[in-house]
Amino acid sequence: MAGIANSAATARRRNVNAAVMALSTLAAFVGLGMLVWILGDVALRGTQAINWTFFTQLPSPPGQGGGGLANAIAGTLLLTVVAALMAVPIGVLAGTYLAEFGAATKFGAAVRYVSDILVSAPSIVVGVFVYLVMVKPLGNFSGWSGAVSLAIIMLPVVTRTTEEMLRLVPLEMRESTLALGAPYWRMMVGVIYRAAAAGMVTGILLAVARVSGETAPLLFTALNSPYWMNGLNEPMANLTVTLFNYAMSPYDDWHAMAWGAAFLITAAVLALTVTSRLVLARTHRP
Amino acid sequence: MIRPQQTRDPMTEDPSTAQNPPETPHLELPTPMVQEAAPVTDPKISVRDLNFYYGGKQALTDNTLDIARGEVTAFIGPSGCGKSTHIRTYNRMYELYKGQRATGEILLDGVNILDPAIPALSLRHKIGMIFQKATPFPMTVFDNVAYGLRLRGGMPKSELEGRVEEALKGSALWDEVKDMLNQQGTQLSGGQQQRLCIARAIAVEPEVLLMDEPCSALDPIATGKIEELIDEFKGRFTVVIVTHNMQQAGRVSDYTAFFYLGRLVEFGETEALFTRPQNEQTEAYITGRFG
Repeated sequence: MAGIANSAATARRRNVNAAVMALSTLAAFVGLGMLVWILGDVALRGTQAINWTFFTQLPSPPGQGGGGLANAIAGTLLLTVVAALMAVPIGVLAGTYLAEFGAATKFGAAVRYVSDILVSAPSIVVGVFVYLVMVKPLGNFSGWSGAVSLAIIMLPVVTRTTEEMLRLVPLEMRESTLALGAPYWRMMVGVIYRAAAAGMVTGILLAVARVSGETAPLLFTALNSPYWMNGLNEPMANLTVTLFNYAMSPYDDWHAMAWGAAFLITAAVLALTVTSRLVLARTHRP
Repeated sequence: MIRPQQTRDPMTEDPSTAQNPPETPHLELPTPMVQEAAPVTDPKISVRDLNFYYGGKQALTDNTLDIARGEVTAFIGPSGCGKSTHIRTYNRMYELYKGQRATGEILLDGVNILDPAIPALSLRHKIGMIFQKATPFPMTVFDNVAYGLRLRGGMPKSELEGRVEEALKGSALWDEVKDMLNQQGTQLSGGQQQRLCIARAIAVEPEVLLMDEPCSALDPIATGKIEELIDEFKGRFTVVIVTHNMQQAGRVSDYTAFFYLGRLVEFGETEALFTRPQNEQTEAYITGRFG
């Protein structure tokens, strides 16, 4: 047996180890650096644009200064809430079907497969789809069609998270509930959903976070508007499309507004993600 | 009483046994001989020619025995011998799974509970069950114990509180949890959680209590407390307990049934079965020579 300390092979392994460790550390710093750069830039430039009027005023024409994105903020909130109201009940029920009743069926497998495809479908495809089936037949862009396209993006996320979280609830929990003479539906509502609640809420929050930053599906559906909303049947102002339009414009004050919108969206998504983590951590503490 | 010479590991039986057919036994043994179920004079449950199938695979063959009213009956036997499968027919828990079915008769006070006309829900009001793994529901200690009572509904709050207290006293948990009734059940220790599950089961005053290896995840002290409870339950409930621990069977039970390969090999009074087993396989098992 060769010497343990000084063989050439050992030295080579040590060098390779050091090199790989250095490279992976560097890669970690590059990734983290990019993130810090983006967040820092957005925060720095965005906060400069944010003031009271940003939240309270309608947009003003370029060059005039002042004005805000109150209509777009309200629009994005409303679109997201309406989308969640559509996607969450359907998603939770579909996830329940997959976990409880359709687990071993061909239909269940098909639904699961389609959901997985839909999760990774480019959101612009969803936008174009809703444009074709809703906007075109109805003849105008509308808040409703914007909410529907966001709901379609949320749906598979909510469905699959619900399914996974329900599957994590141990079989014994189900059996001991049923052994007390509980009907299946009472077991689901009173015990199983409760046991899976933290994970399900996390999934819903992450789905909301995902759609609140979407632009492409809204371009073809809710479009945008410089005015206050006048119901969901008309084009609706929203932050992401406004950001897109303003950033593409040649005006400096609109650029500043776009940074403000970018900061607001980033902060909101960050807050949702952190909240979902906290929900999960708090409830899973033994 | 002769103690088994060698203690077997309390082998933790895979909880998914419910779905998987028991593994094929590796020991070659003569065909089991079923003893006459003679000694029970006042049966609470009479099992007649019970056969059980996981899909196409037969897991129980012609089980016939009587469970004595108000006494403790222990089921012993190696993993996969069918004792859990057998006990799960008493509350028709198997109905949860596709492809599982039972034939024969299980008479509870003379009524065949395998009859589909008997609703499983009302059957489970009479027959409670404790599982190997303690499963406190994700709610407070109080709500855990009150769960079954609330299912039945129509109970004023004062009565509910009384019944919960009584059940917690009945499972020797009251003194430990009376100041933390509003805390989550999951915050209790493992042994306390299992006694919480027992409180939850006895709160609804079932007639029969099925216990499927209730102590296999517990340390000896927690096990001892549960065994004391089982002793106190005599006369009040009819208890059927599945255990891998033969000393436990010897300590807590009045009657013992030895299962092997899905057949009831020997059944009798616990002391007689452990001291003068009539069957070679029973003797081999209780002396630790196989299983």
